[in-house]
Amino acid sequence: MTTVSPLTSKVAIRTENVCRHYAMGESLIRAVDGISISIPSAEFVALLGTSGSGKSSLLNLIAGLDRPTSGAVLVEGNNLAALSREALARHRLRTVGMVFQSFNLIPSMTVIENVELPLRFAEVDRSQRDSLAREALERVGLSRRLDHRPSELSGGEQQRTALARALINRPKLLLADEPTGNLDSHTGTEIMNLIREFNESLGMTVVMVTHERALAEQYAQRLIFLADGKLVDDQPNVVAAGAPSQGGRA
Amino acid sequence: MKAYDLAELAVRNLRESVLRNSLTTVGISVGVASLVAMLSLGIGLQQMATRRLVRSGLFDTVVVTSRRDLRNFNRNDDAGGLDPAQSPVLDEPSRQKIEQLPNVVEAYPDLRFITSFTFEDKPHLTMAAGVPFSYKTNDAFEGIQGSFFSSDMASEVILQKTFAAELLGKTQKPGTEETPVAELAKPLVGKEMTMRYQEKIDVPPASDVNGSAPSESAEAATTYSIQSHELKLRIVGVTDLDPDSMRGPVRARILLPLKLLQSLHVMQPTGMRDTTQATSKTPTYSTVSVRVKNPGKIQLVEDSIKKMGFNTFSILDATRSVRRFFTVLDLFLGIFGSLALAVASIGIVNTLVMAILERRREIGIMKAIGASDIDVKKLFFAEAGVMGALGGALGVALGWTIGRVINLGTNVYLRSQDLAPEQIWFVPWWLVGSAIAFAIVVSLLSGLYPAARAARLDPVQALRYE
Repeated sequence: MTTVSPLTSKVAIRTENVCRHYAMGESLIRAVDGISISIPSAEFVALLGTSGSGKSSLLNLIAGLDRPTSGAVLVEGNNLAALSREALARHRLRTVGMVFQSFNLIPSMTVIENVELPLRFAEVDRSQRDSLAREALERVGLSRRLDHRPSELSGGEQQRTALARALINRPKLLLADEPTGNLDSHTGTEIMNLIREFNESLGMTVVMVTHERALAEQYAQRLIFLADGKLVDDQPNVVAAGAPSQGGRA
Repeated sequence: MKAYDLAELAVRNLRESVLRNSLTTVGISVGVASLVAMLSLGIGLQQMATRRLVRSGLFDTVVVTSRRDLRNFNRNDDAGGLDPAQSPVLDEPSRQKIEQLPNVVEAYPDLRFITSFTFEDKPHLTMAAGVPFSYKTNDAFEGIQGSFFSSDMASEVILQKTFAAELLGKTQKPGTEETPVAELAKPLVGKEMTMRYQEKIDVPPASDVNGSAPSESAEAATTYSIQSHELKLRIVGVTDLDPDSMRGPVRARILLPLKLLQSLHVMQPTGMRDTTQATSKTPTYSTVSVRVKNPGKIQLVEDSIKKMGFNTFSILDATRSVRRFFTVLDLFLGIFGSLALAVASIGIVNTLVMAILERRREIGIMKAIGASDIDVKKLFFAEAGVMGALGGALGVALGWTIGRVINLGTNVYLRSQDLAPEQIWFVPWWLVGSAIAFAIVVSLLSGLYPAARAARLDPVQALRYE
């Protein structure tokens, strides 16, 4: 179904006929309904679709936040459907970093505490945590107001904090669910540039959920369209204005 | 997650809703306080009772008699013992040997005799006894007017109140009110009286100048002479003791320091019989009272004295039943005290379940960034544990204060009734430690359900929830 570039032949994510069905009262909701995709390492993929198309559900399956009803989700060679709850938590901790539309920072914690929270779960020593967190924050361009709480920050600063938190354990995957949805276009661009930078300089595989086609075309290398839980289109991004030349995709 | 991270996060979370968590903690502390107050009251009462029993001397005393003395307390026990004729004599070396036994505090002879005392030129015939100096700290003389003997060899006497009344010519007539001890003591204390007594002087056979025929038995080779003496004694106190009480040394109407009495070699009622057995120069006693370190060691000491060939007697079972009574009392007080803690534990469950609802999103975030079920569970446990520890510490302090106040109130009342103050309440260190530990355990148990519920929370649901 997909053309795999020879340069990025290593597969980061592969789903095999994956389904996620919910029972809602009497009716069955097929949030994800038999999707098979393969995403090579270091690719920047946008999942597009309208609200309720199943794009976020698919992202949650890849993130290990949810388990498929049937089918397989393979991330870095591990079938998430077969992992224990503990192993799935480890997958979320080590393999993926996530950013959300609503930032999802912990309001009672300062910026630096939010960023180093995953390190606590990873049982990293207190002495190392601070320097690692500052390093990550520097990478996202946030070096001031580290002792402020999220409510005292602008949306852009909050999303930078969330990005730093996503990076702190050096995951291979960055999963972003509408990362610019709550930001003005200028700040949104800054955040998108940062995501693209991680994709390019750190070689992170990026899967971004968005409903804005223009945004996807501007940054992603590949566009996957979903509707009613089904895959409707999967194409390389031919517009990719800002995208660098990667294996003749432009 | 590491322990200190866990503790730090727990404290941080508790601080986020200070009011609710403080109220829950206060609930725990009230529970712990009631438990501590109840148990410390039980312990205090038990200590008071045992202290009284120990001080009464009834429960830590073994009475030793010679098997040769056939006027024994418990004859039935002696059936299998040594033949009285072959058993050892209860003399000074035996007394010293008994005193050397482990767990024995002291062993003193029971010295008593009937003799005449002259007070203001009037003679009175009565029973006198020697009191060991250790009785100074004993509650036997709690009701004394005047003072105890100034030393073990002082020429001083303490009068029993009925004898004091007799001296003053105030003998109680049936149906009339008893004269208070203080009133009896006032005209007597400081005055002198004279004791007449017979000193028994052993005379070795070699110096037997009276030319009495030598006995056939070598044992009977000792003879003795008797000399009359007078001794001036100062009255130092009057006691309200019952002359018929269980306490050997005070079962007399006139009391002298034991050491003084021993040095006088007074001819005793048993002396006549001793002359027929005619042993040695060392004094022989009819009874030796042995004070044991604590009532629990009575049996041990009794056994070792029996092995020496003497008869023993003690009141042992009484302390056992007293201890059993207090165990049951403590149990009941503990159960009542725990009720409040049980109510408090429901408070913990409620607070933590509320915290889950409130922090749904936060739990979802933590799971999304890599927290495992166990991490989340531990975090809720830590919060319950911190509340338990704080509540426990606070509760112990509160319980201690409540106990203090009860104690103070009781003593104010006792004093108003002219009674001696008592320590009816006592908080031992082990109670402090175990009350806090118990509060933590109860809190952790209360945290079981909320923690499990938080751990099972579906992160997708939690993050969708706004």
